Amino acid sequence: MSAPVSRRSVLKGSLVMAFALAGPDVGWAAPAKKNGLPQDLARTPGLDAWIRIGEDGVVTLMTGKVELGQGILTALGQLCAEELDVEPSRLRVVSGDTRVCPPEGPTAGSMSIPNGGAAVRQASAEVRALLVDMAAKQLRIPAKRLTVRDGTLQDTGGSARITYWELVGGKRLQREATGTVAPKPAAQRKQVGRSLPRVDLPAKVTGEARFVQDLRSDTLVHGRVVRAPTPGASLVSVDFAPVTAMPGVLKVVRDGDFLGVIATGEWRAVKAAAALAATARWKERAPLPVDPHAWLLAQPTQDTVIHSVERPTDVAPTRTLEATYRRPYQMHASIGPSCAVAAWDGATMTVHTHSQSVFETGEALAKLLGLSKEHVHCRHQEGAGCYGHNGADDVAADAALLARALPGHSVRVQWSREDEHTNEPYGSAMVTRVRAGVDANGDVLDWDYALWSTAHGTRPGGEPGNLLAGRSLAKPFAQPEPRNGGPPNYSADRNAIPLYAFPGQAVTTHFVKAMPVRVSSMRGLGAYANVFSIESFVDELAHAANVDPVAFRLRQLRDERAKAVITRATERFNWAGFQRRPHHGRGLAFARYKNLAAYCAVCLEVFVDPDTHVPRVVRAVIAADAGEVVNPDGLANQLEGGLIQSLSWTLKEAVRYDARRILSRDWEGYPILTFSEAPPVDVQLIDRPEEPFLGAGEASQGPTAAALANAVFDATGLRVRDLPLTAERLRTLREIQASGHPG
Amino acid sequence: MAFTLNVNGAAHVIDEEEDIPLLYVLRDTLRLNGAKYGCGVGQCGACTVLRDGAPVRSCVVPAVSLQGREVTTLEGLRAPDGALHALQRAFLAEQAGQCAYCIPGMILSAAGLLRRKPSPTEADIRTALDANLCRCGSHNRIVRAVQRAAAELSG
Repeated sequence: MSAPVSRRSVLKGSLVMAFALAGPDVGWAAPAKKNGLPQDLARTPGLDAWIRIGEDGVVTLMTGKVELGQGILTALGQLCAEELDVEPSRLRVVSGDTRVCPPEGPTAGSMSIPNGGAAVRQASAEVRALLVDMAAKQLRIPAKRLTVRDGTLQDTGGSARITYWELVGGKRLQREATGTVAPKPAAQRKQVGRSLPRVDLPAKVTGEARFVQDLRSDTLVHGRVVRAPTPGASLVSVDFAPVTAMPGVLKVVRDGDFLGVIATGEWRAVKAAAALAATARWKERAPLPVDPHAWLLAQPTQDTVIHSVERPTDVAPTRTLEATYRRPYQMHASIGPSCAVAAWDGATMTVHTHSQSVFETGEALAKLLGLSKEHVHCRHQEGAGCYGHNGADDVAADAALLARALPGHSVRVQWSREDEHTNEPYGSAMVTRVRAGVDANGDVLDWDYALWSTAHGTRPGGEPGNLLAGRSLAKPFAQPEPRNGGPPNYSADRNAIPLYAFPGQAVTTHFVKAMPVRVSSMRGLGAYANVFSIESFVDELAHAANVDPVAFRLRQLRDERAKAVITRATERFNWAGFQRRPHHGRGLAFARYKNLAAYCAVCLEVFVDPDTHVPRVVRAVIAADAGEVVNPDGLANQLEGGLIQSLSWTLKEAVRYDARRILSRDWEGYPILTFSEAPPVDVQLIDRPEEPFLGAGEASQGPTAAALANAVFDATGLRVRDLPLTAERLRTLREIQASGHPG
Repeated sequence: MAFTLNVNGAAHVIDEEEDIPLLYVLRDTLRLNGAKYGCGVGQCGACTVLRDGAPVRSCVVPAVSLQGREVTTLEGLRAPDGALHALQRAFLAEQAGQCAYCIPGMILSAAGLLRRKPSPTEADIRTALDANLCRCGSHNRIVRAVQRAAAELSG
């Protein structure tokens, strides 16, 4: 427990901004419509920007969204095939090519189906209507007599038939979306709502070239970049001579603190980079805050009351409880370190990249290179799963800079494990404090929540100063000042506004602009720490009220879909019939992601070894309502994967560092969950085919963390508020408890 | 230096530096994609291949040391007619993977296990894969895929 923060001191502090909101459902990221069109389609209304019908009968779908392992290309294909009435096998999907795909912004924030999917559905429906109309005119029959099956239109009152590709004759459609065509009603859907297999997996289990790491060309050479050993260190001296003399070395490149080497073979590049690193002398500093939580609380902050509801009654609370929760820096820790392949032909820089934001990163690269953006061509090629903003964009900049130094070659830059672990932007450390005044039943009257955090969004966004290399050049690009981007409840404060119907509410964000440890977007942004905090504290309140945590939540929720996922999860878990066993415990947590995306409830059973204090998750149930489900198996895979990843974060993960250097340099320095530690997971989907899509890719992260802490409390009586939830912390809490001092 | 390497049933004369790890010969010289670079220090398993049927980390094994041995990569699991190996089919049937960057290593570690122990328990499978890291959280699907392949191969 920390020093009390009174509601008065929060509200009368140095607040620079305040937003008055009617409720949590602000519409900033709901599936927006403009002129009756989904927002991505309104931005790019030309139908042939999305769909082309080839003379050969191949239908090409173009999307600005990219495959990150989440199965988006499969789901978008289902939506397109459904509305066009073609078999999915007839589709070719082109994704994330800045020259040919509609600019749909980053593939992030659980927005690809709600935005990208809605656009593909509407565009496909409009193309089908257009083609049916063309066929009716050509065949001189009423349009309503036509049926479509796999792109062939058939006259139901005669024998006439014609195909899409005969109608179009290889031409472009040259029509804009109107918003006047209605997609199919739920009852008529055949492709959507089915678990079609992933289109990208076959190539991945056979070893065909699918990843950016696998790209090869006849001009392929290998680059490596030597990075500063300490954040912000400057390069004092380096000796090229021993490196240029090494076999296969084509070029050594230095521009300020940016240092790289290009060689003919990959192993030669690895060795050359090691040799280059050995001659480099750096001036290091000691910029890292060793206790990030004390540091966060000591910094100047930008304070914002993002949410405030005055309680209508003046009943005095009978009791006030409060707690402080802490999250460490955690890393995306992709299994495949970042990689890019770039080629410079003297006019255009072509970059194959696994960036989540090909369009915005392309703009940043153009500024970095002093080119107009038309002269940078980014082409998305899959990498390993990223779970947010990792090194993908930085390595694209590294490859582009090296490629410019060696025109006419494809330069492949592969980051090492250590490069990725020590340079990727982490998920921010956070501190949260929550205080609740409760009535005689233990129900909340006043809820006061505050959070401290550095940034959760430093993606390139068209700015070369957000790229590692951009900040390293002799003429460096300044790093833009980090912002707590978006509307309330969006970034550091994502899911900071509770969904519960507490009568009085105040939520305050204390945003720290400084960024000694590089941070950016990691799956869920602030929602991971905020949901962990809120749902842990609600559990504490339920125990304080001596009320079952399920009943306690249900009676303070008004949203029926929220109640439905909690009920489904607890029924499947058999919460009511839970058989108590020694050292076992059960925990529940719930959130609606961003308060407007998928609803998600998680129940866990844990066993905590009484001797070693090691917590082990025995089983998990996750129930989710993501509105209309496009691909149930794909959704289940994402939800279960998110749960297991969140267990890894919550049980094991914290970036280790001292004042100078990042010490988590490999998997021994940053262990993650193993097969023996991953529990069986029962995924329950509540499909609502008539409802809008609700993004779900990040929905599991927060609830899993709190369900774990709640289950550990149930098993041990020990409340862990500092992550990760390790055996060491439990041992310490047990010792404090045994010594008679309150925890 | 020049040496001969037997990979997926074919002999290749390799002329590379003496210290080159097998991974770089497979990917860069022989242009095989199956073995992935993940850590370079033998901790994650993405680069796993078979040496005489047993899993090894190709990122830390010197290629020279494999003269006279048979190396099998993901590409070498398929039958001569191109038919997929039971493990490859099982991973597709279970949709076992998200980004799937780790999957080639999983499949080869599993192939090593099934060769050693054709009917493994679930615990055997989890233990055998503990040194193969997956970040997407596909663990349970991967275990089910290995169980499915084991049932097919031993049934």
